[in-house]
Amino acid sequence: MDISVFQIIWFVLWGVLWAVYFMLDGFVLGTGFLAGFLAKNDTEKRVLINSIGPVWDGNEVWLVTAGGATFAAFPTTYALMFSNLYSALILLLFSLIVRGVSFEFRGKIDSITWKKSWDRAIIVSSFLPALLFGVAFGNIFKGIPMRNDFAAINFSYDGSLIGLLNPYGLLTGVLFVLLFAVHGSLYAAIKTTGDLSKRGADLADKLWIPLLVVAVAFLGYTYPATKLYDNFFKAPVLLIVPVIAVVSLLLVKVFIHKGSCHKAFLFSCLTIVFVVFTGVTGLFPNLIPSNIDPASNLTIFNSSSSLMTLQIMTVVAAIFVPIVICYKIWVYRLFRARVTNEDVLGDSEAY
Amino acid sequence: MNVVTLSQLQFAATGMFHWIFVPLTLGLSIMTAWMETKYVTTGDETWLRMTKFWGKLFLINFALGVVTGITMEFQFGLNWSEYSRYVGDIFGAPLAIEATLAFFLESVFIGVWIFGWNKISKKAHMVTIWLTAVATNVSALIILLANAWMQKPVGYVIRNGRAEMNDFLAVLTNDYGWIKFVHTLLSGYALAAFLIMGVSAWHLLRKNENDFFVRSFKMAAIWAFIACIGVAVTGDMHAVEIAEHQPTKFAAMESQWETKRGVGMSLFLIPDVARESNSVDQLCIPNLLSLMAFHDATGEIKGLKSYPPELRPPVLPTFLSFRLMAGLGMFMILASLLGIVLSRREKFVEYRAFLTLMVFAIPAPYLAQQLGWLVAELGRQPWIVYGVLKTSDAVSKSITSTQVIMSLIGFTLLYGLLGAIDIFLLVKYAKMGPEKDVSSIINVQGRG
Ligand code: HDD
Ligand code: HEM
Ligand code: HEM
Repeated sequence: MDISVFQIIWFVLWGVLWAVYFMLDGFVLGTGFLAGFLAKNDTEKRVLINSIGPVWDGNEVWLVTAGGATFAAFPTTYALMFSNLYSALILLLFSLIVRGVSFEFRGKIDSITWKKSWDRAIIVSSFLPALLFGVAFGNIFKGIPMRNDFAAINFSYDGSLIGLLNPYGLLTGVLFVLLFAVHGSLYAAIKTTGDLSKRGADLADKLWIPLLVVAVAFLGYTYPATKLYDNFFKAPVLLIVPVIAVVSLLLVKVFIHKGSCHKAFLFSCLTIVFVVFTGVTGLFPNLIPSNIDPASNLTIFNSSSSLMTLQIMTVVAAIFVPIVICYKIWVYRLFRARVTNEDVLGDSEAY
Repeated sequence: MNVVTLSQLQFAATGMFHWIFVPLTLGLSIMTAWMETKYVTTGDETWLRMTKFWGKLFLINFALGVVTGITMEFQFGLNWSEYSRYVGDIFGAPLAIEATLAFFLESVFIGVWIFGWNKISKKAHMVTIWLTAVATNVSALIILLANAWMQKPVGYVIRNGRAEMNDFLAVLTNDYGWIKFVHTLLSGYALAAFLIMGVSAWHLLRKNENDFFVRSFKMAAIWAFIACIGVAVTGDMHAVEIAEHQPTKFAAMESQWETKRGVGMSLFLIPDVARESNSVDQLCIPNLLSLMAFHDATGEIKGLKSYPPELRPPVLPTFLSFRLMAGLGMFMILASLLGIVLSRREKFVEYRAFLTLMVFAIPAPYLAQQLGWLVAELGRQPWIVYGVLKTSDAVSKSITSTQVIMSLIGFTLLYGLLGAIDIFLLVKYAKMGPEKDVSSIINVQGRG
């Protein structure tokens, strides 16, 4: 098979990895930064943290895999994306580090100040990644100021951290924050009991309105700010992707009102996945466009690995990704029960 | 300082920090799995209490291993983008494969292990810790094969302005990588075993839970001794491999300046880099070095002087790190052997001097671990991929030294704080001793 077939396969996988990552870590981040609003006391906070306890690390590995897959399949994109966005990604990294240890450390010492400090750490370190990922993807959709000469192997970039905080980047950031907030509140609603669960459902309901407003603004602003719509105009069948995203978003509200939060959560998953797919479909065949020179776009064709590496990676992914999905589903089923106050208080291993 | 030096500093600092936690994860995961297996097969409650106690320390340590790993993954693109672009075709694949094969398995089943005590049966629970342990070991293999490729590049051609893979099997079967894997893995087991012996000794000195800690100590002493012997054997194999493939590193490790046949090994040696010779050179055992390097007493060793200074690694730190690591290795063999012998005696808890020594020996393997990486990585300089790409050509072009200074300060503060907290918690929980009552688990699992 021709190399372009594999380049396209890896483009699709690249999109899927990011989409699944945001779907899974989205609720961990959302529950994390809303924990302060949702929980009224220490036990409720622990219930929330323990509801994500068994799964957060496994969810974060989707990010590690997305990074690794970018490195393996599109090394030039990996190299330029990470070094060009250096400062933003360092901030992101710090947040993810703090978030990971907070879960583990919080319950290890029985002191109010200790726990309060980690509670704050969890809120900040869950909020920042949500925002920063949004800002980063907004800028990727829009294109970043880079000039690449692939023949002469000469790459340059003249952006800055402040430059990333442009209106479109920020809007995408807010979109991500709200998506994850609704997603996280719904997760809290389906994983806890009593009052806490009800508060989760209510908060999701309240946050849905601003989410809708921002989503509409995002779809509108995307037209002048990016070239994402070009692909959709060229092949209108693709419009099915954003349509599914919008319909899912509407169904979230419908099901919250019917009181079936499980279904609402399911559609919130779909919303996130299809929002990412919408962006990725619009990018094709670019991975990261340049906003100053179209010849400098990083595409799947000019930044990919060799045929051999792509083939090997395809075999590995074809065998192991399904296995991973199987045992992840098993784990989610194993821990499907709602977490209660008694669970947390009676378990010495709980966070 | 320029971007290259700053990025090297940052990589070294974050890598060495990751490496404080990784070896204990490698060793303690397997040993915890072993304890739980003993519990499941014998039904003896003490094994369960051991699983829970040492498992707790494993988890506190594990958390920082995970979060600092993400930094490692991102840094190739952040600071070493020229490197990533140039060798990504070969080097990226292992990183992606490691995540799909190992990280998912390890992170998912560690979650089940922590939260699943009363959700699944005894046997199934035991399987989850084995899956976690195997996955950490597999992840070590894959990342070390990647690292070994930088030491001894194989299976590639230079094409399209970069290194492209042309033989995946050669990358997977790189003997340098397999030696590295066994050496590193066993050194991790040794480290974990020394930690268990040290903590046990601390409690035995206080006559706390004698049964529990004598049993822990005995088990760990055997693990430590076997692992340390293996570490020494594979370390020697490493040296042979290096003498053949990385002559500059070998010469620096041994501070060998002149090219000679039948070279001896001096017990006391102090390099004098400015004068390109050794200022102290005493107690030379004839022909030993040639014998060790080539298994041939008259083998010729190329001295540092036969390479231009810009192709030599930093001699003093490479040399000292190697000597000290090997010395610590010898000490650990002796200490664990003594541990095996003494812990079999009736009056073991009365050997207070030995027990005290074992408490103070906890840092020894930690130090040796760090030194090992210093030998491997410093000795490779100025190459980032030996003989293929220079470190100075590998750095990202679009980052400024201000950016790296800021991130380096950030890492130092953040890692310093988290490291201090983690070590504080480890010490606290280690001193607290095992839980007295594990009946809640036994009752629940009895039903499963
Ligand atoms: C010989 C073993 C070894 C070596 C040389 C390294 N690591 Fe590591 N790494 C592990 C062995 C390990 C481990 C034992 O498997 C860890 C420690 C704790 C854990 O969860 O897994 C881990 C964790 C870990 C994680 C977190 C996984 C998760 O979220 O669960 C990442 C992303 C990396 N590592 C990546 C790297 C990279 C890119 C390295 C090279 C520069 C590296 N590690 C060196
Ligand atoms: C985790 C344990 C590791 C430690 C403690 C470690 C240590 C070091 C040190 C001290 C340096 C700096 C050398 C210098 O300053 O000149 C370095 C550089 C480097 N090492 Fe390692 N290393 C580790 C693992 C790895 C692994 C597993 C890889 C590859 C996957 C790797 C790849 C590199 C690279 C890319 C550099 C960068 C540039 C340089 O050579 O300075 N290291 N490492
Ligand atoms: C007993 C004598 C020992 C010898 C002869 C020895 C030899 C070596 C050599 C030659 C290297 C360099 C490999 C390279 O450049 O790629 C190395 C690396 C290393 N050593 Fe040792 N070593 C010994 C003991 C130890 C001990 C006791 C530990 C820790 C408990 C240890 C941990 C390491 C580690 C972590 C590395 C880096 C990974 C690697 O390159 O394998 N070593 N050792």
